[in-house]
Order: sequence, then C-alpha cells, then structure tokens
Amino acid sequence: MSRLYAIKDHSSERRLFINRIVAAFIVVSLLTTGLIIRLIYLQVAGHEHYSSLAKDNSIKIVPLVPTRGMILDKKGKVLAENMPSYSLEIIPEQVSNMDDTLLRLQKLLDISDEEVEQYQKLRKRQKRFVSSSLLVSMNDEQLAKFAVARPYFPGVDIHRQLVRHYPYSDLAAHVIGYVGRINETEMKDLPIAEYRGSSHIGKLGIESSYESQLHGKTGYAEIETNVQARLLNTLKEVNPESGANLYLTLDIDLQKTAYEALGSFNGAVVAIDIKTGGVLVFVSRPGFDPNPFVVGIANDAYQALQSSENQPLYNRALRGLYPPGSTMKPFIALGGLEFDVISAEQKLFCPGYYQLPGVSHRYRDWKKNGHGAVNLTRAITESCDVYFYRLASALGIDNMYSFLHKFGFGEKTGIDLVGEKSGLLPSREWKRERKNQAWYPGETLITGIGQGYLQVTPLQLAKATATLASNGKVITPFLVDKMVSAQGTSLDIEHSDYTIPLKQENVNSVVQGMVNVVHSDHGTAKGINKNINYQIAGKTGTAQVLGIKQNAKYDENSIDFKYRDHALFVSFAPVDDPQIAVAVVVENGGHGGSVAAPIAGEVIKQFLQEKYEN
Amino acid sequence: MKTETRHEQFEAPSVLGNFLRRLHIDIPLFIVLLLTSILSFVILYSAGGQSMDVLMRQLSRVGLAFSLMIVLAHIDPYQFKRYSSVLFGLGIILLIAVLIMGQIGKGAQRWLELGFFRFQPSEMIKITTPMMVAWYLAEYPLPPRAKQLLIAVILIIIPTLLIAKQPDLGTALLVASSGAGVLFFAGLSWWIIAAIVTGLAALTPIIWHFMHDYQRDRVLTFLNPEADPLGRGYHIIQSKIAIGSGGVYGKGWLGSTQSELDFLPESSTDFIFAVFAEEFGLVGCLGLLALYLLIIVRCLYIASQAQDSYSRLLASSLSFTFFVYVFVNIGMVIGVLPVVGVPLPLISYGGTSIVTLLAGFGILMSIHTHKKFR
Repeated sequence: MSRLYAIKDHSSERRLFINRIVAAFIVVSLLTTGLIIRLIYLQVAGHEHYSSLAKDNSIKIVPLVPTRGMILDKKGKVLAENMPSYSLEIIPEQVSNMDDTLLRLQKLLDISDEEVEQYQKLRKRQKRFVSSSLLVSMNDEQLAKFAVARPYFPGVDIHRQLVRHYPYSDLAAHVIGYVGRINETEMKDLPIAEYRGSSHIGKLGIESSYESQLHGKTGYAEIETNVQARLLNTLKEVNPESGANLYLTLDIDLQKTAYEALGSFNGAVVAIDIKTGGVLVFVSRPGFDPNPFVVGIANDAYQALQSSENQPLYNRALRGLYPPGSTMKPFIALGGLEFDVISAEQKLFCPGYYQLPGVSHRYRDWKKNGHGAVNLTRAITESCDVYFYRLASALGIDNMYSFLHKFGFGEKTGIDLVGEKSGLLPSREWKRERKNQAWYPGETLITGIGQGYLQVTPLQLAKATATLASNGKVITPFLVDKMVSAQGTSLDIEHSDYTIPLKQENVNSVVQGMVNVVHSDHGTAKGINKNINYQIAGKTGTAQVLGIKQNAKYDENSIDFKYRDHALFVSFAPVDDPQIAVAVVVENGGHGGSVAAPIAGEVIKQFLQEKYEN
Repeated sequence: MKTETRHEQFEAPSVLGNFLRRLHIDIPLFIVLLLTSILSFVILYSAGGQSMDVLMRQLSRVGLAFSLMIVLAHIDPYQFKRYSSVLFGLGIILLIAVLIMGQIGKGAQRWLELGFFRFQPSEMIKITTPMMVAWYLAEYPLPPRAKQLLIAVILIIIPTLLIAKQPDLGTALLVASSGAGVLFFAGLSWWIIAAIVTGLAALTPIIWHFMHDYQRDRVLTFLNPEADPLGRGYHIIQSKIAIGSGGVYGKGWLGSTQSELDFLPESSTDFIFAVFAEEFGLVGCLGLLALYLLIIVRCLYIASQAQDSYSRLLASSLSFTFFVYVFVNIGMVIGVLPVVGVPLPLISYGGTSIVTLLAGFGILMSIHTHKKFR
C-alpha cells in the first residue's frame, strides 16, 4: 500500500542517477584501460616472443594417439586386437584437378562410385588442407598398384593405421561389441583433450562399457615444422599410455560349443561360474560380424541386418524378454517352503486342471489326465502345473513378489555391459500403477507357473539359478576379470556379499526335485544323464508364444514356426559342489527337455571335463 | 498541372526531412552500429575461411536483427513498462520448459524448437530481467530501501539460477549483471556494493563447490593454461599467440596465419577477437575499442536524458550490460578472464546474440525518441 503514497523526489533522483552514470563511465574507462594495457603487453612487449611461437606456424602441438587395449578371453585367446591397415588419403589443397584425380584413381584401384560419393561428402565438411580418406582399408593389390603410380598423384598418399579386428566374428559380437567412428553427439560428451586424434570409440558391449580403460591416455608432442609442414624438430614429447588389456571371464571355446549347439535356432545361452560370478558363456544367436562396423558398414548391409527377421543385432541374452515358464517353479517351490505355506512331504492332488472357487474357468495342466497326488519334489520333477497353481494361490502375489525379487527377477543383474533390461516381476502395485487395475487371483496362478506378466532375460535366469545353487548367496555376474596395463594389474569388481536367508533342508528338497528332472525316469530332461559321472540339477520350461483357447489343443506340427513355444532350461552342476550354472532359451524350440536341455548338457560337460583335467 | 508538379518538386526535401524526423531512430547510434556490423563482415570473411556462404548467412541474421531494432524503436516505451512483468513471467516459464525438456532429453538444452527456428529463452531473459527490475524499483522512491532491494535480488536470482542450471554460465553471468546494473543505477549504496564484493570473495569456496566439473576445469585452465596444452588450455594459448604475433600494425587483412591454419579454434565465434588482433594489430584493437566506447557513451547519454525512472534504469542497465559483454569476451580472449561462452558483441558469427543486442538498442532508441515533454 505504501507505494501509492510514497513521494518521489524527482530532482534528487535525477541527481543521484547522473552521479551513477558518471561512476559507470569511470568504471568503463578504467576497465577499458586495463584491456588496453594487457593488449600492449601482448602485442608490443610480448610481440617478439609470440611471433617466434607463431613463426610460420612453426610450433604445433600434435596429439599422440594411444594404442587401444586388447580384449582377451579367460585363457588368453584374443577377442579384439589392432591390425595394421592402409588407407588412401587426399589433401584437397594439394590436388590441382580433383575430378580428374578421382576419376584416374577410380580406374586404377577399382573404386566403387559409392565410395567416391561418400568421400565427396566427407570432403565438403572439412577444410581444404585437412587430409581425409578415400579408401579406409586398401587391399594388397591396391597398395601395390598405387605405390607404383604414386608420383602421378600429388596430394594423394597412403597412411598406415591400426584398425580394430575381431577374429571370432559373430561368435561373441554381443559381448565384445565393436568400435566405430565417433559421431557428433558422442563428440560433445567426450573429453576433448583425450580424444584429439582418436577417430573411434566403443559403441557396444565391453568395447563401450570399458571405453575409458581401453582407450588409454593421449600424449602430445610439440613439434617445429617449416612452411611445407615438414617436421624439423621435436621440442617436447609426452608419450601416450596404451589402454589396458582386458581379460574376460568368458571362455571362447565354451562359447563356441554353446553357439553351435543352438544350431539353426535363435536363442540365448548364459553360463556363470558359480564360485566367482564370472560369465563363462554369453551367447545370443544369431550373431553378426562386428568387423564391418569398424570401418563403417555400408548402408544396405546395415539395413539388411536391421530388417532381418532373425534380428541378429538384438542381444537376446542381455535384452531378450521371455516368459520363464516352468523354469520359475523351483523358485516358487522354495518360496512356498520358506513362507511355510506347504511342507516338502505334503501331497496335493492333481486331476489335470484347477479351478478357483466359484469360477468356471479351468486352469489346465500340461498333462491332460493329471499327475495324481504329488509332493513338492515330484511336482518339480514332473513339472505339475496344478500343484503350482495351488501353491501360488496359497502363497499369494505379495509373498511371491518379495521372494522372487530377492533372486534378482524384475531388476538388472548389474553385469558390466550397457543396455541391460530389467525384465518384469509383476506385483499388485505395479498393476495398479501401470494398468490402473486391481490384481486378479487368476493372475497369481499363472504367475506361479511362470506365465502371465512375468518376463525375464536369459542372464537373469542364469543369475537366479547360480544364486539358488550357492544356497542363496547372491551372485552378481560380471565379464571383465582383470585389467592389465603399464601400471600393473587391477581388479575392481564389487562382489555382492548378500545371502538370502534360506533353510538348508528347503533348498535340498527343491534341488532334489531338480536332480530328478535330469536323473529320474519321470524327469522332463532325462535325456542328458547319459555318460556323466556327476549330477546335474535342472528344470525345463516351455513358454507360450501364442495363447491357446480353453478347449483347443496345442499341436506343434500344425502351427507356424514363429508361433511355436520357446524352450527353456536352467541348470547347475555338479550338485554336490556346484561350479557352473547354465540358462538356455531356444526361441520356437518347442519342448525345454528335448531341445534346450541338451545344449546346457554339452556346456556343462565341456566345462567340467576341462576343469577336472587340470 | 504544371504548378502542382513544381510544387511537389519543391517540397520533396522537406518531406524526406519530416519523414526522418518522424522515424524513431537515433541516427548517431544507428550509424556506429552499422559501422561495427560492416567491420564484422570484414573480419568474418577472413576468420570464416573466406567463405561467402558464411557471410550470406550472417547477413540475413544481421538484417533480421536490424529490422527488429527498428520495429522496437517505434514502440512507445510506456508499452515496454506496461508489459515488463508479463514478459518476464513468460521468460521464466519458457526457461523452466527448456529445463524440463532438457531433463527428458538427458542433456544440456538451451532452446525450444519452434519448427522454423530455435528460440533461446535465455536470450529473451537478458532483456526482460532488467525490464522487470527497473519496473519494480521505479514504483518506489530511489534509492531503494532494504525490502525493495531484497525483492529485486530475488527477481535477479531466479532467472540466473535457471540459466546456470542449463548449464550456461556465460549467459547466467550476463543476466545477473544486467539485473545488478539496474540496482547500481537505482542508487544502491556504495557501502552495500563494497559489502557484496567482499561477500562474493568470501563465498568463492562455496560457489566452487556447486560448480560443474567442466566449469571448474575452465577456471583452473584459466589460472594455468600450460598445464593442459592439448585440451582446455589450447584455446587460450593459441589465442595469445595469435594476438601477440599481430604486433602493433598486424599482419594485414586475410593475413592471419593462426586461424587460417586452424590453430585457433572457434575463430569465427567466441575467439574472433584473436583473429582481428592478429590481422589489425594494436592499432586495430584500439579502433574497435573506440567504436565500442562510442556506442556505450551514446547509450549512457541516452539514459541520462531519459525522463522517467523506468526508462533511465532500463537504458543505463542495457548500456552497461553491453559493456560487460565486450569486457568479458575480450578479457577471456586475451587471457585475463576465464573462458565463458560469450561471443564478441556485434562481431562474432551467430544469430542469437546479435538479435538480442540490437533488440536492446531498439529499446534505447525508443526511449530516446518518444519524449513526452521537452
């Protein structure tokens, strides 16, 4: 209110203001004088010093690019290395007739129109005195031909450089990843000094997760050159530090076995060393050849990969979301025991279907006439659905959620790869939030047999199985075992030291059920118990791709391949001293027992054989 | 018929004179601005690698900026006063919108995409902040009392923090100084000014704590550029070499070797003064500084002639901010201030800064040419 009655003294305000204008003018004058003094200091007093520094641009600071660290497997086999390669570079300023030069080069070296076009685009973005490459990697024939014709091509030259090479091609592309040219968005986030002179950066997999360790430290040299940019003298040199060599926990031979065992199927295999948490096998099939990505993959080749129905670029092991099906049953069973809603010996009757009270819908068992009265061990062994409907109903979704969550379902495993998916472990809250609906009892039942909203990645399945095998000690999977650099060996893995509190006898009952899956006559994966002198604990699973109507019958032969069920298998071995946990997902593979289990069997066999030989 | 024609011919010069007089343009300021812009094209041609393309693009921006200035000069300053708070509020809302969008896009974001062009709310706020503070303070007797000071400071801090969060330290600094300028011209006591300067010195460690890593790096690099010659010290070292090697008379137009050979990064934007100093030497630098001083002196004169508090405060603050612009950029290029992203006013390549600057001059012209009583 006071402002309405405030009296302004206009003449005193004006006087004050003029004073301030004068003060401002004095400040401006003083600061400008400061700038002028500094300019005199630089341009008059420092002129000679700076002139000599700028003398025909004689002092140049050039980056010395570090060599990228290698990636090796557990046994030291090279998975990513640097190979010398020769590129054909042109400095436009030194070429008198560009069109003619390009035409002659094209004829001499058999260069495609597309490559020339790409070069033209690259050239327009750069200054005339900057060298840019027409051919990224020259073959021997091109090298020889150009070496002879070189005098006729002023401004064109061969540059030697190291190019990343992946000898195992598509076998482990999803784990190792690849490097590619640094793009504009990446440029903005990079430390400028470290990447001055570097052209490539890790784009995927380990190459990307461990970019800073693999890249190394850029050095620099202060060099003196003459007008023609010929090197006269090196004044100062700070050497680059090569990137660290990364040793993975991955066993590339085992990886190959798993990859080949998948045959023509699409799918994923993940094996974890239970003692350490190190990932032994990380297969996503089909793979892709990462090598073209290094030099810049041709557009149509990339489009072909992108649009392929098999989705080779898709990392199924890390990002593939599958309903776990019956592979979830051992965990549900253990939950039932731990929450004390059932005892291991208690038998439940299975007539082949289950009905919720007052609802006519029949939740069917995979075995039409039922399993009869089964206890927990047998329910796991024969994968009795009705038993688990009843168990799930008794447990309730809240208990199921909290128990499964401890095993890492519904959250990222924390593996050292970027882009991991967290899957989906449904809960009452989740459904309320996402779908704005109440949780229905029927959804509890199907969650109990690993269907419904539940979605897991193969990596999560392997982690949970390894955790079960080590009696609840939570396993965090990782890929990089050690980093070896000039500074020595370093290891900075944080092992989780959380153990889920579980009763040993409960674990034993569940594991016995899983042993019987492989080693008893009723077992759903009894096919893999031949010729082994150790015990495997496993569980098969079949995940529906297509919903089957109430009275319809699922007939594998009559439906389209891409709608066939996914086959799953989780396992660990040996049972008395668990060493390896394996999870297998075979897309459209049909039955877990006949398709997925043998793959795990082969991986386990090879791993244990090698282990005992040493 | 005949007489009528003769009559028109006779009257023509007077019609033109009338027209010019009715045009709300301050001729001295207009001429100096035009001269500076022409000089800008001369330097840009050299710094931009003698590309006509660069010149044409800049020409269209400068044309747009001059048009905006002329349009604003014709608006009665009463309208600016009337809509000060609305424009300020709008600016703040847009700043928040940009921040939220940046959060979604997970990266620094400074502009809103408006289809055909990008709009930076932080540019608009450079003018609306002094407008708002001037509007608020002008309602009360000057010098302002404690309560009004407090509210004015809050009005300045809000946009400053929002911009610093983008993060755009340079612009935040300019916005803060444009608001502080109003306070200074409103007659803020010298004791308080001394206290603030002392307080800021004491607050330095705390400000340091809240800085982004890259902002800290800039300060460290400024203190010791030689420590990181390849990375962050590179700009400063190269720019000092360019300026120093220019000497008293310079290497002549198109004669700069440092920028030609790409030693000097950002040679046509933030570091264009280095190119200018290399080519035209100390003599050229003094000439450019003289042009800037002419602009500032004319603007301060306009402020001193203004007839109400709002106009005075706004005009003087806009003039002073222009000087801060010049001082921060040149100071950074010659290595007496840390590197903050502030272009050289009226000279650097780029559209946003010149449009805002000339909009400010448009407001100054409006204030000068719309006097109610003489």
